[in-house]
Amino acid sequence: MKPNFEQFNDIPGTTIFTMQMAQKGFQLNEFCMSLRTQENRDRFHADERKYLDEWEMSEDQKQAVLTRDFQKMLDSGGNVYFLSKIFAAEGMSYVQAVSTMTDMNVEQYQAMMVAGGRNIEGWRSKKERGEA
Amino acid sequence: MARIIAGIATSHVPAVGHAVDSGRTQDDYWKPMFEGYEFSKQWVKDNPADVDIIVYNDHASYFGMDIMPTFGIGTAGKYDICDEGYGPRPVPVVMGHPALSTHLAASLILDDFDMTVLNRLDVDHGLTVPMSLMYGQPDAWPTRVIPFPVNVVMYPQPSGERCFAIGKAIRDAVQNFDEDITVRVWGTGGMSHQIQGARAGLINLPWDIQFMDDLINQPEVLQYKPHLEYMIEAGSEGVELIMWLIMRGALGDKVDEVYRFNHVPASNTSVGHLILKPRD
Ligand SMILES: [Fe+2]
Repeated sequence: MKPNFEQFNDIPGTTIFTMQMAQKGFQLNEFCMSLRTQENRDRFHADERKYLDEWEMSEDQKQAVLTRDFQKMLDSGGNVYFLSKIFAAEGMSYVQAVSTMTDMNVEQYQAMMVAGGRNIEGWRSKKERGEA
Repeated sequence: MARIIAGIATSHVPAVGHAVDSGRTQDDYWKPMFEGYEFSKQWVKDNPADVDIIVYNDHASYFGMDIMPTFGIGTAGKYDICDEGYGPRPVPVVMGHPALSTHLAASLILDDFDMTVLNRLDVDHGLTVPMSLMYGQPDAWPTRVIPFPVNVVMYPQPSGERCFAIGKAIRDAVQNFDEDITVRVWGTGGMSHQIQGARAGLINLPWDIQFMDDLINQPEVLQYKPHLEYMIEAGSEGVELIMWLIMRGALGDKVDEVYRFNHVPASNTSVGHLILKPRD
């Protein structure tokens, strides 16, 4: 069967981690995996730039990590389960980190979740929303 | 002959593990969710099994992008707990059942499912959070466990048909095992949730409830639901629900619903939980 990596492009506000994206983000995600030991977390936090320079990541990917721009990390091939190693190491929860990718602050985001989460109406298709 | 006595489906939210580990299960935020599992904790005591086959996914905790098995099966005697970025969860080590898992792995491969055989594997919240929900905080887990990791993180994930079919093959393999032991099969992950992008926080409870109904009553139709529909309707991470089809396949044609629970939210997730019994 011919793979269709483009079928997900119409989902608004969503970056699907396809095998193609995994290629693009390989080094970024490898860096994230390295944070599974306390020793590496300490080394990273002591000098982030120096630690990042040990990885063959693009400058854009490094900047995204340094500025904790999770959306930019997703766009350059990062996957949120890998990226979680960055924010978990800083004692940040998924709710805190995930909220930064939305147009809400963390209190607003948490309030939305407690009230039942984001309603899907209007969020199925970019075309429907006039975004494509 | 070994027998499958039940299927268990449950979400496996990491924050639920934190709540257990830090003694916050009775907080206002968490109490209603944990109360929904009280029935189940008693039920698994009253209906004990020798082995739990736990279908779950690793979340970049053991497998990175170096090696990404589509279907894996643990064949080890024990499984250590992953460090997911904040140190390993303080839970007991997970003990395996090498004889049954070796039999299962070989049976599945002979049935044309090309398994990745894992003699070494550390397990993450995908496997340990469901165990905490069912068994609480014991000094040692009450059952032997066979971890059954599935790639649901990178597209293409295995199809729903393939998941349902491998579940049926697990049923055959268990029934062909010569020891007289009892087995439960767990499907974990889901339900609707999205933890990335501007659409993060998506919850679709009506869809989740329909999914549960279809899983029980017409899995042979549900198996054809395409990945795209999961991702649109249940969020980018809602595609984890294909793992519930493996559990369902392992239960045979007809099942009885023993228990059902839904709760929104745990962290970013719609929590869903089922206990099913095979009818034959
Ligand atoms: Fe998961």
